Amino acid sequence: MQVIDLAETTLRDMNAALQAQNGSTNQTAWQILNPRGAHALAVGLDAPLDVTVAGPTGYYCAGMNARATVRVAGSVGPGVAENMMSGTVIVEGDASQYAGATGHGGLLVIHGNAASRCGISMKGIDIVVHGNIGHMSAFMAQKGHLVVCGDAGEALGDSIYEAQLFVRGSVKSLGADCIEKEMRPEHLTALAKLLESAGSDADPAGFRRYGSARRLYHFDIDNAY
Amino acid sequence: MTDKPRTVPVQSATFTPAVNAEIRRAAATGIYDIRGGGAKRRLPHFDDLLFLGASMSRYPLEGYRERCGTDVTLGTRYAKSPVRLDIPITIAGMSFGALSGQAKEALGRGATLAGTSTTTGDGGMTPEERGHSRLLVYQYLPSRYGMNPADLRRADAIEIVVGQGAKPGGGGMLLGQKISDRVAAMRDLPAGIDQRSACRHPDWTGPDDLEIKILELREITGWQVPIYVKIGGARPYFDTTLAVKAGADVVVLDGMQGGTAATQDVFIEHVGMPTLACIPEAVRALQDLGMHRSVQLIVSGGIRNGADVAKALALGADCASIGTAALIALGDNDPRHEAEYKALGTTAGAYDDWHEGRDPAGITTQDPELAARLDPVEGGRRLNNYLKVMTLEAQTIARACGKNHVLNLEPEDLCAITMEAAAMAKVPLAGTDWYPGKPS
Repeated sequence: MQVIDLAETTLRDMNAALQAQNGSTNQTAWQILNPRGAHALAVGLDAPLDVTVAGPTGYYCAGMNARATVRVAGSVGPGVAENMMSGTVIVEGDASQYAGATGHGGLLVIHGNAASRCGISMKGIDIVVHGNIGHMSAFMAQKGHLVVCGDAGEALGDSIYEAQLFVRGSVKSLGADCIEKEMRPEHLTALAKLLESAGSDADPAGFRRYGSARRLYHFDIDNAY
Repeated sequence: MTDKPRTVPVQSATFTPAVNAEIRRAAATGIYDIRGGGAKRRLPHFDDLLFLGASMSRYPLEGYRERCGTDVTLGTRYAKSPVRLDIPITIAGMSFGALSGQAKEALGRGATLAGTSTTTGDGGMTPEERGHSRLLVYQYLPSRYGMNPADLRRADAIEIVVGQGAKPGGGGMLLGQKISDRVAAMRDLPAGIDQRSACRHPDWTGPDDLEIKILELREITGWQVPIYVKIGGARPYFDTTLAVKAGADVVVLDGMQGGTAATQDVFIEHVGMPTLACIPEAVRALQDLGMHRSVQLIVSGGIRNGADVAKALALGADCASIGTAALIALGDNDPRHEAEYKALGTTAGAYDDWHEGRDPAGITTQDPELAARLDPVEGGRRLNNYLKVMTLEAQTIARACGKNHVLNLEPEDLCAITMEAAAMAKVPLAGTDWYPGKPS
């Protein structure tokens, strides 16, 4: 286990040490101590590392992650795992705005709640939130899955493309062009797999599925607000 | 019938034939006009400025014989590897999607031959573009189409796009006609559907957040490459100030003559400020911060020739950037395609339906047959020629003003021939030592 104490090491040196493993490495286990809300922690990783951040972080923790597993033993600020390509990011606490924004791949698990715009412009990432999510989540979501074990706020999936949304609790309102869709067996299978990957024992049968009505796919002035 | 004198028919200066035609078009279709390009209206511009040249009180340099430098270094504030250009002209961001792959390759080839950089656009970086561009600036846009850390690390600079001159405050829409399978795959969207580009970034709001976003991008790229921030010409003093505060190495300022692939005509013509009016305000912001020449200023929007470049530099910019002019150099709106332009209901020089993807020149299209009309090697050669001419023109003017480097041009070398230009550029009206608003 490699240990970096941010009370003694600069952010630059910490990220450089992790990024130096990009490619192949046998130093896979890392622990970051005293993050104390620092921004841009463990960003731009591209190796099969297992990084544990021992405490809360600021903006963009694990931004643009590829292949690494980053676990945060605390809550995270805005934009956790933004534009993630692959790998896994696990947040044991809550996540602020824009969690998983524009993510292309990988799995983001949030054990607490996620604030507004969770999964905004997601492009293939899978996001599982054990708690609730805030308003305007999955705005312009293109691909991937957003699973919410709790409730969703206003305007869920506004202007959504092909992403699939699963919510177990209530949805305060759906955004433009987002509709409830039939939950078919293949969706239940995919959902079960996502829940299992995220360490949730929730029953897939208790969820409802939402997605695009595809009415905004071609510009029509009558759809303008 | 008496031979009584009658008034001659008088067309309204307000309700012109073009205005009336647009009213009829809107009434018939119920939809606003979308087009490409920048503002077409007459605006105070670089043509309204003149260089004074040397005479008794100034000492000129000999043309062709005495050296006049043109090199520019961008990103000296924080980047470990600033961008070094041989000429003070870059190629502006234009997307693969809006442009054909051949056009993007031609831009890369031409820029490389000329010793300058080119820029990606909405939709990501293509291998052809990276492969043919010695210096490539990677745009970081609200849509994040095609954004990935591998390409980010392959870039020579990163340009965070906050706005553009054609539509400050607006997003974009690439219509389905141009969404080929390849374009769709790069953007993670279905082929053939209209693709919206958001007007705001998805994971930051305001300059305080932008500062943190810049930190993240620097951490991912090891603080190696410069971070540019591109703003549309709206409130250049405050926008430049905030971009510098957020940590930009370079500010890219795009006036309303700057082009777009597709936006509402009403947006292009009625939102934003002329390039000429933007430059002095941005320069003033940099000077007030003590950052002029430390944070470099790139100016775009209606740059057409070496005189425009020289005037932008004289007003305080470090570099000019061209988009529309580069496309024209490649063959856009060339009269040799006139028959096809007529078939499209337009004429050479006025063709602006770039969003429809039927460009006879093979530039603003994804149609394989049309795109094949543009030879990237020949296009690159033409662009290089054009950039060389622009640079020679700027050098000619700089020498005439007694400068041994184009960056030594200064406002004192200029006068204005209209009141509007004098007020905007803050240089004296020709024959006077006064401009409107000059502090007493």
